[in-house]
Amino acid sequence: MNKKKVVSLIVRYSVYGLVALFFFWAISNHYFDYIFSESTTFLLLVKQHLQLVLVSSLLALIIAIPGGILVTRKSFRRAEWVVSNTVNLGQTIPSLAVLALMISILGIGFNTAVFALFIYSLLPMYRNTVAGIDSIDENLIDAAKGMGMKPIQILLRIELPNAAYSILAGVRTAIVLNIGTAALAYVVGGGGLGVWIFTGIQLFDNGYLISGAIPVTLLAIFVDYLLRLLERLIVPEGSKPPQEL
Amino acid sequence: MITFDQTTKTYAGGVTAVKGVDFTVEQGEIVVLLGPSGCGKTTLLRMVNRLETISDGKIMIDGEDSMALDQIALRRKIGYVIQSNGLFPNMTIEENVMIVPDLLGWSKKEKKARFNKLMEMIGLSGDKFGKRYPHELSGGQQQRIGVIRALAADPPVMLMDEPFGALDPIIREKIQGEFLQIQKEVKKTILFVSHDIDEAIKMADKIVLLRGGELMQYDTPSEMLVRPKNEFVREFFGKDRAIKSLSLHTIQNLREIIGLAEFDEAITDTKTINVHHDLRNSLSMLLNQEAEQVIVSDDNGNKLGAITIDLVQKYLHFEIKAKPALVQKG
Repeated sequence: MNKKKVVSLIVRYSVYGLVALFFFWAISNHYFDYIFSESTTFLLLVKQHLQLVLVSSLLALIIAIPGGILVTRKSFRRAEWVVSNTVNLGQTIPSLAVLALMISILGIGFNTAVFALFIYSLLPMYRNTVAGIDSIDENLIDAAKGMGMKPIQILLRIELPNAAYSILAGVRTAIVLNIGTAALAYVVGGGGLGVWIFTGIQLFDNGYLISGAIPVTLLAIFVDYLLRLLERLIVPEGSKPPQEL
Repeated sequence: MITFDQTTKTYAGGVTAVKGVDFTVEQGEIVVLLGPSGCGKTTLLRMVNRLETISDGKIMIDGEDSMALDQIALRRKIGYVIQSNGLFPNMTIEENVMIVPDLLGWSKKEKKARFNKLMEMIGLSGDKFGKRYPHELSGGQQQRIGVIRALAADPPVMLMDEPFGALDPIIREKIQGEFLQIQKEVKKTILFVSHDIDEAIKMADKIVLLRGGELMQYDTPSEMLVRPKNEFVREFFGKDRAIKSLSLHTIQNLREIIGLAEFDEAITDTKTINVHHDLRNSLSMLLNQEAEQVIVSDDNGNKLGAITIDLVQKYLHFEIKAKPALVQKG
């Protein structure tokens, strides 16, 4: 066993230890009790949270990926600068500010929260789609054209499969971030597990805080894991990056 | 057959990359486009399968104006090999090789049979390599796959853009030889871009030498070496062009025309060379050893005679320089 492996094992098990310690502390203080004593509310909040994430991510997916594909087409190349900067702008506005702005337009509630989350998810998905397609060797496209592939065949058989890793990484980043950010939906009355987190903060009640925050964290980890599995299934064998470690 | 008729390429900025080029690539011949970088050789090649538009003049493929043909159908009938091999990393070797047959709608069975036949041609096992991905192969193997991919649908015409340029010299020489063997079998009409004079001399039936988009000379390699048309051609092939021209002739050519010398039994440590080697190699062998002769043997190891520096010189003066090309490529 080499040094690098030993260090990584030590780090890994210390993290596991800390997590176990945290749960021991939280459970022995009955901080998770609300999940069971108010299980109907809990399930409702989880459902709302998932709806927020699902609707906003799907919307972002439908807009960002085709958008990224479109601006990498030759005839739309010139639009890339404008589109990229607009999307970048969406990301630079703090998420709370986006929420506040949306209240003045859409009012309070689910839609406002979904819209803000949607704006927030666009950039990682769009940027990774463009970067993934741009990173494909120019010569491959040249060879494909020279062999008589039609533009749509080049897109479906060459560009998308080879950009799949990058695109899916963008989708994963966006959705995982989205799960965390969705806790802010409470601020605009959008529901979700943020309701318990903010209640906990306002009442100095660790029970509410932890019963809200831990499920959000676990949800993010679980979804990240699922999307990694999906990545492994979708990305073609030969276009995967070399294995780490 | 590919015919260039006053073919011209002018870019939007007014730069002319190819100026009214006229020549014909005959059926089954390899024509090498040669010239310094920026001479328009790659542009000219890419105009054939319309990766570059033709500004003026025509390119005819087997008598048909390439502009009159459907662009996609035209490209599927032309094999295309590029320097960086252009294999698609997301596809297996078999999928890569069978792209054009797949686009043309061949059946699974036909594709499989064709794939195995092509792999056999380059001495690789179809079963072993078919399911692998390009990154699992060596550079030389990848380039061989690139070549058979272009041959997959048996196109009459092939375009090769510095296909062996990225390989190291030893592998390059080997693959060049292999490719000439394959060409003997398949007899394609090939347009081949190179910036390497030795490669051009080795591969070409005829060479097109370009400068600044203009055709300087279109001739067989030996004619071009022995009778350069102008100062540029002379300069381009360099002062050692007489020596370069030796690589076009084998000891067998010399033996048939002026005969070999008797070998001297008294000299014991002379080296032996096969009669099918070219004269350039023979000369460097003669210069490398102290004895004045190298013994020539046939494929069975029988001693046919000896070759000397004098003989090579005589052949060069009286045969190569005096007569128009009577070159047999070995």
